[in-house]
Amino acid sequence: MSESTLIRDKPLSLKKQFRFQWEQAQESYVLLYPEGLIKLPGSSGEIMKLIDGSKSVEMIIAHLEEQFPGVDLKNDVLDFLEHAYGKNWIGTDD
Amino acid sequence: MEKIGSVPTIKPKGPLWVNAEITYKCPLHCVFCYNPLDYASTFKSELSTEEWLKVFKQSRELGAVQLGISGGEPLMRDDVEIMVSEATQMGYYVNLLTSGIGLTEKRITAFKEGGLGQIQLSFQDSTKELNDFLSSTKTFELKSKVAKLIKEHDYPMVLNVVLHRLNIDHIDQILEMAEAMGADHVELANSQFYAWALKNRSYLMPSAEQLRKAEETTNRFREKIGNKMKLYFIVPDYYADRPKACMNGWGSVFLNVAPDGLALPCHEARMLPDLTFPNVRENDIGWIWNESPAFNAYRGDSWMKEPCKSCDERTTDFGGCRCQAFQLTGDPANADPVCDKSEHHHLITEQVELAQKPQPPAEEIKPIIFYRDDKNSKSLIAEKS
Repeated sequence: MSESTLIRDKPLSLKKQFRFQWEQAQESYVLLYPEGLIKLPGSSGEIMKLIDGSKSVEMIIAHLEEQFPGVDLKNDVLDFLEHAYGKNWIGTDD
Repeated sequence: MEKIGSVPTIKPKGPLWVNAEITYKCPLHCVFCYNPLDYASTFKSELSTEEWLKVFKQSRELGAVQLGISGGEPLMRDDVEIMVSEATQMGYYVNLLTSGIGLTEKRITAFKEGGLGQIQLSFQDSTKELNDFLSSTKTFELKSKVAKLIKEHDYPMVLNVVLHRLNIDHIDQILEMAEAMGADHVELANSQFYAWALKNRSYLMPSAEQLRKAEETTNRFREKIGNKMKLYFIVPDYYADRPKACMNGWGSVFLNVAPDGLALPCHEARMLPDLTFPNVRENDIGWIWNESPAFNAYRGDSWMKEPCKSCDERTTDFGGCRCQAFQLTGDPANADPVCDKSEHHHLITEQVELAQKPQPPAEEIKPIIFYRDDKNSKSLIAEKS
């Protein structure tokens, strides 16, 4: 398997089989896909919320840095996005 | 979050997954069908569209997120479009489980517009002759067309193939067919032995050699094809020495609603004795899930007997399947006999031993095997009463 890395300057979007929503019963954001559910609690949900088909990795980081000034979050955000990309939840559409 | 010192709530979570068996009518007559033997008794008492929407709404309020629309053949009903769009608006991820018969361009377009998440297509076999034999109708070509339709509408192609003694040796053709159809996920699930499949068990149980070869072929194919197609090979539980964690535990995540409104913790539970399953026509889902005696009967582990009761695996496999325990031992509170700690485990190993012996070829079995059809179902109902 080739290890492809996340492109930083292209808009990120959710892969088509996935749906992202808030679930009151779980008290968490969740990712829904065929016959499954992934809980995205706390910051992972907040990051995923920004994936809307228009923002790139760089823009998402900038957005969050503005939202939480003085917090060093870049590496955590990158880690999560790489994870989500590796799991094929998200991608840069071409 | 629970506050420290508060009274612990015993209310179960969920359900997360609702399976709506909207009809048991089906144009196929599969010999491994898991629908109840007396399925024909539900024909005159099927829930209406409005009643189904009420079930979806009440379940959604409890936190259910996945909805399966299945059957029988769900496309035998003409209101699936309404169910799909309404359920999607409620926030469900909607899954349609179909044989593909009745899936037209018009219907799939409506499903897409309504927000249907995925279509799972069942396939009996890759060769036309055996496919037709096992489902007893001429459906193979139609299904190939349907597979194309699914791809054209930009759905992932999810194939579900039930394997058994009579088709498992064709696994390489099955896999080639799946590849040719552009399948993304292929579930190669060996038949489980309930209902119609149990009636036909001696014809359907594969030998150890057949299983070994099939798994080898699957692994080779997996290596060849890489990531573009995900393959799942599921062995029959009779070949295991620990039971499956059936439904992830009774009344834990899964709610099945039968065509006549019977609410069940699994597809098969209707058969269990001494339990009165609630009906969605008479009770709301909240009461059914949280309070009804039937949904609490085998929840947790207080119902367990030995060897489950003191077993340290009881929280991982929940003692296996209540229906299998009942079917084979007569008592649903017994350990699933698949477990080699069960005193009834010989009931499993004896069947496995039988499966190693040669059997007549498919052509000879064809006239004697027990088909799932309305006539057989009605005669079984008559026998029972």
